[in-house]
Amino acid sequence: MTVTGTTGTGTTRTAATAAERDRAGLASPWEMALRQFRHWLVNYRRTWRGSAYSSFLNPVLYLGSIGLGLGTLVNKHGTAQLGGVSYMAFLAPGLLAATGMQTAIGESTYPVLGSVKWRHTYVAAVSSPLRPRDLLHGHLLFTTLRLAMNCVAFMVVMAVFGAVESPWAVLALPAAVLTGLAFAAPIEAWAISLTKDSPFAYLFRFGLIPLFLFSGTFFPVSQLPVWAQPVAYATPLWHGVALCRSLTLGQIPVLESLGHTAYLVALALAGLYAGHRTYRRRLYV
Amino acid sequence: MPEVLVRARGLTKRFGNFTAVDGIDFDLFRGEAFGFLGPNGAGKSSTMRMLGCVSPPTIGDLTILGGDPVRDGAAIRARLGVVPQDDTLDNELTVRENLLIYGRYFGLPRDVIRERTARLLDFVQLSDRAGDEVEPLSGGMKRRLTIARSLINEPEILLLDEPTTGLDPQARHVVWDRLFRLKQQGVTLVLTTHYMDEAEQLCDRLVVMDRGRIAAEGSPRQLIEQYSTPEVLELRFDPADHEQAAGKVGDAGAQRTEVLADRILLYVRNGDEALAAVRGLGLEPQTSLVRRSTLEDVFLRLTGRRLED
Repeated sequence: MTVTGTTGTGTTRTAATAAERDRAGLASPWEMALRQFRHWLVNYRRTWRGSAYSSFLNPVLYLGSIGLGLGTLVNKHGTAQLGGVSYMAFLAPGLLAATGMQTAIGESTYPVLGSVKWRHTYVAAVSSPLRPRDLLHGHLLFTTLRLAMNCVAFMVVMAVFGAVESPWAVLALPAAVLTGLAFAAPIEAWAISLTKDSPFAYLFRFGLIPLFLFSGTFFPVSQLPVWAQPVAYATPLWHGVALCRSLTLGQIPVLESLGHTAYLVALALAGLYAGHRTYRRRLYV
Repeated sequence: MPEVLVRARGLTKRFGNFTAVDGIDFDLFRGEAFGFLGPNGAGKSSTMRMLGCVSPPTIGDLTILGGDPVRDGAAIRARLGVVPQDDTLDNELTVRENLLIYGRYFGLPRDVIRERTARLLDFVQLSDRAGDEVEPLSGGMKRRLTIARSLINEPEILLLDEPTTGLDPQARHVVWDRLFRLKQQGVTLVLTTHYMDEAEQLCDRLVVMDRGRIAAEGSPRQLIEQYSTPEVLELRFDPADHEQAAGKVGDAGAQRTEVLADRILLYVRNGDEALAAVRGLGLEPQTSLVRRSTLEDVFLRLTGRRLED
């Protein structure tokens, strides 16, 4: 039915309508995900300036204070434990991977729960042809974009600080994005199932911060007490850090790197699989 | 014979041990306005969510536009419009952006959305707010915008869950007027309400729901004729005499008597004659009112409860 305005009268059905309906209901999963992705883009257009600013400012602050400031002291002391590279070259790829993690956690917690609980945008979206999994895919696409933006910004700053040692570093970008997705997908699958936001505080306090500090970002895991080392090696951030670091330093142990990649891919896929279920359970009540 | 758009048989929805919808049967025909009337918790919203293909039925058969809501959900939803009970507009976007985003969900091209947005905002009288953010709009405006949004895909069936709950009387009338126009333009309407005036105004046919079941079905007129009397005499006594009067009015010849907390209702053919009969029994009410039967009386008869309790 065509709805006419207050001034119009009568009913017409356009020939385009039938074709439109086919398109709406029977689009590919990719096209369905893009429809939701565009919603996030429209939202982001309103806030991108602030986030772009901080995605350059954060690496400048970290690399300037810890990389340069603290690094000068470390370098004087000798860097054999760091594999003989400068502290800046050691630290920067670790922070790159950590940026992936932080961006991912930021995107996959409040925005996800908020879409179903406060803003109700997911509730509105499932009344359209979009299915819960399309919403998940759309948001993961947007998260990927945000990861790429923040990691590119980080790598630019990193290059300015002279912390890139090898042309292989270009692969550190996808590696950092993958590190982020290994966090984003499982956390998103969990976030949609929550009824309140207080568990996020636990995630930040007992997940994000300890991982950030102890996953080989600031110092090699070998400096940890022996009992704590296996724990650090099991965390996804350590795999991301090790992968990014080997690429920016150009010291790439192939098998190990494949192992890190496989670990991160497996985690992201597990999150995707869980997300299909948790999204459906939350949105199709 | 009008085309059947929705067919439900034994439709049931359970949440754990709680049965929200308990084996209901109904058909929806093209072009009609069909209502679910019932108090809060009667199972209306659960039914609407099943019709909207966002809530799989626990058991029973449900066919919507020839498809299965679980298997063909996306294709069916492409042909539905949904106005949910709670506001689900994106408050941080503008009026126009809300329609753009929603149109995109349906895969509509940008120029089609733009053309429809202009027409729909005109239809719901929001053209002058197109560029404004949604947040500061009044409740009535938001509801009208939600209606406009639900029409962006030119749906064959429009599902409205309590479309005027929470609106002030003036805003309600504007919404009713728009819905009435949609009906005239041939859009099939399904709505839930706990307002009997809304059901009487808008619905060609309705079912009365109570505790997950359908208590009665028909047009508002039919239901009143079948389950009530032409007139109702409402009596209000001094609270001290209320109980005693309640015991005696039964002799005034009413077909049925309902004793409420504050009033006594006598279901009769002729209210004025019944009032004379009450006075003939030596009872003197503080106030009395003769009125025609409404759906509220039907509901009271069917469920023993008032609608808006």
